[in-house]
Amino acid sequence: MTDPAAWVVQIFNGLSMGSIFLLVALGLALSFGLMNIINLAHGEFIMIGAYTTYSMQQLAIVLTGTPAADYSYFISIPVAFLVAGAAGFIIERLLIRHLYGRSLDTLLATWGVGLFLQQLARTIFGAPNVQVVSPSWLTATVDITTNLVLPVKRIFIIALVILCLGGLFWYMFRSNWGRRTRAVMQNRPMAASLGVATNQVDSLTFALGSGLAGVAGCALALLGPIGPSMGTFYIVDAFIVVILGGLGQIPGTILAALLIGMFNSIFEFSTTAVVGKVLVFALVILFLQWKPRGLMQLRGR
Amino acid sequence: MVSLVLRRFPGGMSGHLSRFGPPIILLLLLLAAPLVLSDFRVNLLGKILAFAILALSLDLIWGYAGMLSLGHGVFFGLGGYAFAMFLKLEAAKGELPDFMFWSGLKELPIFWAPFQYAWFAIPMVVILPSLLAGALGFLVFRSRITGVYFALISQALALMVSILFIGQQPYTGGTNGLTNLTSVFGHSLYSVETQKALYYITIAFLVGSYLLCLGVVSSPFGRLLVAIRDDENRVRFSGYDPAIFKTAVYALSAALAGIGGALFAPQVGIVSPTMMGIVPSIEVAVWVAVGGRGTLIGAIIGAIIVNYAKSLLSEAFPDFWTYFLGALFIGAVLIFPRGIIGLLRREGWQWPQWMSVARRRLNAVGSATASVWRGIR
Repeated sequence: MTDPAAWVVQIFNGLSMGSIFLLVALGLALSFGLMNIINLAHGEFIMIGAYTTYSMQQLAIVLTGTPAADYSYFISIPVAFLVAGAAGFIIERLLIRHLYGRSLDTLLATWGVGLFLQQLARTIFGAPNVQVVSPSWLTATVDITTNLVLPVKRIFIIALVILCLGGLFWYMFRSNWGRRTRAVMQNRPMAASLGVATNQVDSLTFALGSGLAGVAGCALALLGPIGPSMGTFYIVDAFIVVILGGLGQIPGTILAALLIGMFNSIFEFSTTAVVGKVLVFALVILFLQWKPRGLMQLRGR
Repeated sequence: MVSLVLRRFPGGMSGHLSRFGPPIILLLLLLAAPLVLSDFRVNLLGKILAFAILALSLDLIWGYAGMLSLGHGVFFGLGGYAFAMFLKLEAAKGELPDFMFWSGLKELPIFWAPFQYAWFAIPMVVILPSLLAGALGFLVFRSRITGVYFALISQALALMVSILFIGQQPYTGGTNGLTNLTSVFGHSLYSVETQKALYYITIAFLVGSYLLCLGVVSSPFGRLLVAIRDDENRVRFSGYDPAIFKTAVYALSAALAGIGGALFAPQVGIVSPTMMGIVPSIEVAVWVAVGGRGTLIGAIIGAIIVNYAKSLLSEAFPDFWTYFLGALFIGAVLIFPRGIIGLLRREGWQWPQWMSVARRRLNAVGSATASVWRGIR
């Protein structure tokens, strides 16, 4: 308890957990800011990403006879992004598009999609959990002092999330589609009348958010077992991040994800995992008394 | 005289019949069910009717006040636990309940002690859920958190309470919950007579809850709830504080859900945290949606149909059921958003017209599929 190194490790673990929450929550925050809907099947994109990682490794075993973890894992990151993104694109086109303006109904319909995807995973991969073999050099640790040992895996995850964030910022603030996305976020009818194809912006943003969740699935595959309902473990934390972060605000979401990850980890360390989660939830509810719209909000005029 | 009757019942007598017909027919069917069904199915139906009270409580706040709670299983579970604690102490016959002994507890925890008295445990069935709902509702509605945000917070509540109950093994029985409930007021829970009596008691509570909800929604308070659902800001500008009304109806709804849970516990002989989790909580919403939200009777019909289908289908094809449930969630909002009651009311029993509505919806799905193909190409 009193050992400062243990606290540093906790804060570090909180950072890496928070960065995974962030990847998951970014997609939710984007589609909420853009279309005012929350996708309850978002956790299943994590699951899709993780199973993609697993499938790539199985493919490597078939092709080379060894897990070939060092290569297959890195290839699986972009593949997971694409697969989860494609799944998101299809779901947006088929279902969510028809439910705009009915946010509560969207919750239920997307929950149905989530059930469907979970059962599909159970049918394809079986109900028992599966495991991905981590690349060899990721299993190492960085020993700063004898007590202060940081696993390379978690450093890698933080780096991966920073890379994704960089990509997202480039997309949102430097690309044409990003400019259109921001325009639709600010004023949908005005953007539409200026010639922005809002429905394409919606699909693309939704697919992007789903893809990010897929990458989060890749990261989680390094940390634990992969199962059909793995998404549900992380999704509620992601919702709390979105609520705390504020309406569709990327900076707010980043701050909220890091705070939640950190508090989770610190409370977990000083009490138990369960009490930690409940304390974080209570703190967020109390925080909303003070700032009901979250940490950061879109300034209205 | 005729004109007086017509003025009294604007829809004419037939309109009146169509309003009160379904509940009365349903009640008669439920009362007669033990004559034709096996004891096993009657017990199953009794559990489902306890769920119907839960569905009713959700319809009250979702259908009328526009608040979709994805954590209503928590209140059902709290009611169930409050009554099951009493039953557990009855089963333990003055000794320490088995799971506490296994967890190394030496004596009854202080908050368990009053639950050995029925006069304490039974009021707690409604007090505990409505206190929790009142406290959360007050904080949440006061800061004007509505719609999706409220739904997500209520879902988080379901997660928090269920993991809290799982984590406190010595006090709550952990993952297993409170098991081996053997008797209620000295009547064995394993006997057919007790189960039948519980079935009829559940019907009585269901009718009572239905009439209570009917009274609430047709009162001025109920009108205000509908106004809040349709335009909360306008209600606020008219000088009412929506937060107070929403908190009140949320607490009332939680109390009803608690009653449902208390009726469920003796019929199953066990309460466990699984019934408080995220998954069972959101399933309640699909019962209400399938029956028809904002109709009260629809919630009851939906709960009976979906749960009966669940027990039949999951006995026969366990894997298939999850696909079916997923499709039900999607279909209930996309294809028949007004539920079974909506189909009955709007279209009457005119099958061709009903079919044409369905065909139109299917066409919409078809063109969506086509647009995906275009998107992919």
